[in-house]
Amino acid sequence: MNGTTNAATGGTIDVKAAVRTFLAHTEEHLVSYLEGCVHCGACAEACHFHQVSGDPRHTPAYKLFPLAKAIRAQKFPLSLIAPRLTAEDLREWEELLFDTCTLCGRCTTICPMGIDIASIVGIARQAFVKAGLGPADLLAAADNSRDLGSPLGVTAEKLRERIEWLADEYEVDIHLDKPQADVLLTVSSIEMMKYPTSLVAIARILNYAGTDWTLSSKGYEATNFGYLAGKTDVARLMIARIVAAAEAVGAKTVIIPECGHAYGALRWSGANLIGRPLPFAVLHISEYLAELKRKGKLRLKPFDEPVTYHDPCQISRRGGASGEARFLLEDFAKDFREMTPSGDVNWCCGGGGGVQAIGRAAALRHKVFKIKMDQVEKTGAKMMLSSCSNCRLTLDESRLHWKWEGGLGSLVEVIADHLIEDGAPAGRDAPAAGSTAPRAS
Amino acid sequence: MTLLDFARGPALETALAIFAFGVLWRLAALLFLPWPRERSVPRRSAPAILVGAAQSFVRHFWPRQPYLAATLFATLNSYVFHVGLAVVVFGMEQHILFLRSLFGVSWPNLPGAFITLAAILTLASLGAALVRRLTHPVLRLISTFDDYLSWLMTFLPVLSGLVAVNHLWLSYERLLALHILSVAAFLIWFPFGKLMHAFLVFLTRSETGIFYSRRGSVI
Repeated sequence: MNGTTNAATGGTIDVKAAVRTFLAHTEEHLVSYLEGCVHCGACAEACHFHQVSGDPRHTPAYKLFPLAKAIRAQKFPLSLIAPRLTAEDLREWEELLFDTCTLCGRCTTICPMGIDIASIVGIARQAFVKAGLGPADLLAAADNSRDLGSPLGVTAEKLRERIEWLADEYEVDIHLDKPQADVLLTVSSIEMMKYPTSLVAIARILNYAGTDWTLSSKGYEATNFGYLAGKTDVARLMIARIVAAAEAVGAKTVIIPECGHAYGALRWSGANLIGRPLPFAVLHISEYLAELKRKGKLRLKPFDEPVTYHDPCQISRRGGASGEARFLLEDFAKDFREMTPSGDVNWCCGGGGGVQAIGRAAALRHKVFKIKMDQVEKTGAKMMLSSCSNCRLTLDESRLHWKWEGGLGSLVEVIADHLIEDGAPAGRDAPAAGSTAPRAS
Repeated sequence: MTLLDFARGPALETALAIFAFGVLWRLAALLFLPWPRERSVPRRSAPAILVGAAQSFVRHFWPRQPYLAATLFATLNSYVFHVGLAVVVFGMEQHILFLRSLFGVSWPNLPGAFITLAAILTLASLGAALVRRLTHPVLRLISTFDDYLSWLMTFLPVLSGLVAVNHLWLSYERLLALHILSVAAFLIWFPFGKLMHAFLVFLTRSETGIFYSRRGSVI
């Protein structure tokens, strides 16, 4: 027998499988990171979970201990005396690696050794899942993605139904399964089920700009819960579906909607997961809109409300696109108020990295939201915009929890609401948004 | 063979050999591990790889503004310790003579009083670091045997050197022997514990710099 029983699920904790997975990832940078940690504890100061809980166990460096232990135990001559990884270790660290890390990377910005802890946590999660651990709801989201096409059960058929409804309800062209298109749009099922107006907004803007675009029932789901849950096979499958869909329509560009980790998964990890370069460019919707603005295809009425912007970690700090949202807001949001800190050192919403899907983590998430509340209130802004539906959902739930009266909004929806529709198309053969008969093509 | 002969001779020579081979072995063991192949396309505005690595290396020398208040003491204390140690190791006349015998190069020494002051400050900062490690809840939790042993291995040579230079308590020969033996212990331990961060910092900061800068982030 390789392991002991998992008290939560009744299943077996396969310690050897965890160790095998750890060791399969002993790439140079990972081991350098693990061996380079000087245990200075600075990372605790940057972690939102430690900030609100004060629990030393939430220190990011501490979360790496099982991995370091497993590697030490196989490294001669340390292997002669170093203790082995145990089922008890795995059981204790499961919550730390899944519930209290959003993979936001903020700890890297404070680390004097420059260690990228989020990368290691991502790998550690894979090992924990191989051992038979991991939060059931997060793993179920990954399994749903594999089996149904989406973590929230948005099958291809349901997608078609939702699109038909949205096209009818909001009088907008939403293209599905066009045989050819320059741009393949993907969706987040969080948006499809919770914030469907986000898809409507994107469709309006793309039509307004004259973009040749489509959604595809072969590969539509941008969220990648395989990536978040440490299920590499599911992560790879989700990427492969989008790649196949993009290749089928001949898309040169794939647009990721307002979803942070979906952007990271496809833009920065997609090619590595499938083992070949992606045959298209990947742009987050904020990057695509910024491109439209640079080309003069986005003419907007001024937005006068005092507004601030929440940087989704996977788009800004770990995505490198913090400037694009600000470029979009420039000259448009007349009363834009930057939070402190923001951009690459922003505070995470508390629900990234799959934590939003973990029910038992909700109480701590809500506490994290207080950091954001405080930040927004200091700016005096009436609305906090974001370009990630996962952040939006996390913030929205916590807003209700605390009965906070601050406004939340989507960057894309605000932009769509302020398009200048004077009858003259902004791009080639573009009808003014909302002016055509409802149709799902 | 006197204790001083042993310390100057076989002990120090063996320690230097273990240090050199140990560091090389440890670095080689790391550098010969598999390197992941990066297939994503870098952002158009991304700097060259070496520029990204260098920027990150420099940026992590000082905490960013949001973290400054929380980390100011630890950061300043760390600078006092590292700079103080460097001044003592590379600025003291006897050390320069020893290093010249090893590498054939030398440089002007700093005044003895300055070295003594640097050693005292170094010991004080090491003391403060230990107190902090023993009392701060986060540091207490994450500290390991390696952290405490590495602290001791660094503290002893500075303390014994300061005592020897000032001829306190024992004969100078005996104090010098103990000092050299403590340096030998430091050198032997160096490759096997966290003291290796002196070399690993070049890898970790640079690799993170490359990882983020190709994405367009300033980390």
